[in-house]
Amino acid sequence: MATARMTASAAPTPTGEIKAKKRLGDILFSGSTVTAGWIIVVVLAAVAIFLIAQSIPALIADPADIKGAPASFWAYVGPLVFGTLWAAVIALAIALPIAIGIALFISHYAPRRLAQGLGYLIDLLAAVPSVVFGLWGIKVLAPFVRPGYEWLATNLGWIPLFSGPVSGTGRTILTVAIVLAVMILPIITALCREVFLQTPRLHEEAALALGATRWEMIRTAVLPFGRPGIISASMLGLGRALGETMAVAMVLSPAAVISFVLLQSQNPTTIAANIALNFPEAAGVNVNVLIATGLVLFVITFAVNALARYAINRRKAFSGAN
Amino acid sequence: MASTTSVSLGQRASLTAGQLPRFSPIWLLVISWIVVGGLFTILVLAGITEDFNLVGTVFFGTLLYAAIIYVASRIVEGARKATDRLMAALVTTAFIVALLPLVSLVSTAVISGAARFDVTFFNNSMRNVVGDAPGGAIHAIIGTLEITGMATLMSVPIGLLTAIYLVEYGRGRLAQAITFLVDVMTGIPSIVAGLFAFAFFSLILDQPGIRFGFGGAVALSVLMIPVVVRSCEEMLKLVPNELREASFALGVPRWLTVVKVVLPTSVAGIITGVMLSISRVIGETAPLLLIAGFTQSVNYNLFDERMMTLPVFVYTQYANPGSDVQAFLDRAWAGALTLIVIVMLLNLIARLIARFFAPKIAR
Repeated sequence: MATARMTASAAPTPTGEIKAKKRLGDILFSGSTVTAGWIIVVVLAAVAIFLIAQSIPALIADPADIKGAPASFWAYVGPLVFGTLWAAVIALAIALPIAIGIALFISHYAPRRLAQGLGYLIDLLAAVPSVVFGLWGIKVLAPFVRPGYEWLATNLGWIPLFSGPVSGTGRTILTVAIVLAVMILPIITALCREVFLQTPRLHEEAALALGATRWEMIRTAVLPFGRPGIISASMLGLGRALGETMAVAMVLSPAAVISFVLLQSQNPTTIAANIALNFPEAAGVNVNVLIATGLVLFVITFAVNALARYAINRRKAFSGAN
Repeated sequence: MASTTSVSLGQRASLTAGQLPRFSPIWLLVISWIVVGGLFTILVLAGITEDFNLVGTVFFGTLLYAAIIYVASRIVEGARKATDRLMAALVTTAFIVALLPLVSLVSTAVISGAARFDVTFFNNSMRNVVGDAPGGAIHAIIGTLEITGMATLMSVPIGLLTAIYLVEYGRGRLAQAITFLVDVMTGIPSIVAGLFAFAFFSLILDQPGIRFGFGGAVALSVLMIPVVVRSCEEMLKLVPNELREASFALGVPRWLTVVKVVLPTSVAGIITGVMLSISRVIGETAPLLLIAGFTQSVNYNLFDERMMTLPVFVYTQYANPGSDVQAFLDRAWAGALTLIVIVMLLNLIARLIARFFAPKIAR
């Protein structure tokens, strides 16, 4: 880029530096690109400002006016924050090993010619609208996994996580987490795949030359190299799962509880799902309360994403790949 | 697998002695599937389960294969090779497991959606639909097209110009800040974008319960702009510097260089990026549920009154059914199928454009 800029300014002459001629087209064009850039800054500032402005009435309101009459706003948002994090973490725990497996399959196991097509196939999962995932989750997945839940509760019920009685509909937080896991698979897979493909070829060949089997090569050369990439990919996936709305709103039968059990019918709901379910009928201060919970969600996802970006950028600077 | 252990012909006999036959993994996989399939068939015949469990067959069959190949390889080939085969089996399993939901979802949508995927569905709204009247989704389709079109109209100029700024002009603090903010924007949950649009317009227009289509377009733009910026930026970076320099050397002004040289070179990639970003926001439900609301009738006006969209149509048909629940579910699935078809088409066309109109630089 530097060379492009140098050639853009006028050629050096004996009299010293001469500024390039200011053309009207140049000024208008560069001006409009800068304006577009500023619009993004302004929009993000507006998102923060207007969310905060609309949240303040909720924070100073009498808690008795809030739906369900909690002790305070924070008592209202607490279980929601817990549910959001809990569902997202389970989803990540399910999705991450599978995503790493798929990424390895595409980058190191599948026949070269098929690899790209298989990648598209996984990307198609990302294209399915979330409302369709919700419909699928409740009509297909929930009945499908229920027998499995029965088995878990009878055989592993002594683990508190799996204690019964099993929800009769299968609409539990575990089902939600499975749907969320499917939804965040593509993004984690795509990033991991990129990172694995960047592993220096020489590292891999050196491992193989020393007599490593393919798995030993992956364990000693590919995975250590890709670790920061895997971490940031999982953070981005977590961010996705935290903000996902419709699948949770449709599949879960919600309750305002803090509970770790996975299979029962009393499940903590998430911030996003709670907003989607209550917003259409909300009025007065309850609208502000919902916006305030949205602000809390914004802050959480912002933190998670910023951490992920930090990990990615740090990696960019120090990896030998590029 | 074979490539890492290939040896010269003369030594083959001694070196392959401790190996499983070449095609044994494939045969073992097929056999495991058949065995597990047989078990499920017995369950069906015994009347314990109603339908043959194909998903279970594939899943548990592959797991059984992983176990068998590990034990067999451990006995014949030793521990290291056995671990290698086990991991290969598990990695393949992961891929198959990920395909199951995709196949199940698409096939369910096609089968359940076909019931109402007819002409009535595409030229009727839900206005005054009572009793056995079939009803349709034309109001939702119109709303989706208008709102997504409006969002595209707003996002593409802003996104493209920002990308041009970042690649061609940007340096220093502002460019860094914008890059960071675009990253932040990528992570905004869709429902927060909807809340923002609602908070913004209800304060500005002083209507506490505001619902209108344009607000939905604004919310979608917030989600769409970062995607457009990212993809356009990638594409503009691919344009070789030699092209710019050649243009400058001929005395072409900077802005004309961008308009006449850089943009035409990258136009295929930019169109692909824009189509993919449309396919990403066209299925967004949550923000439109909040700010565009839902209605039963056709509304062409983006700036007044509630506006139905396809994803919200699917949601409301499912969530607020009338007396004939099945009719509402059928409509929901038909709407879902329509959405899937639109999104898949957008994806497919985008990929085709990317493939056939790739930059003409390698001449």
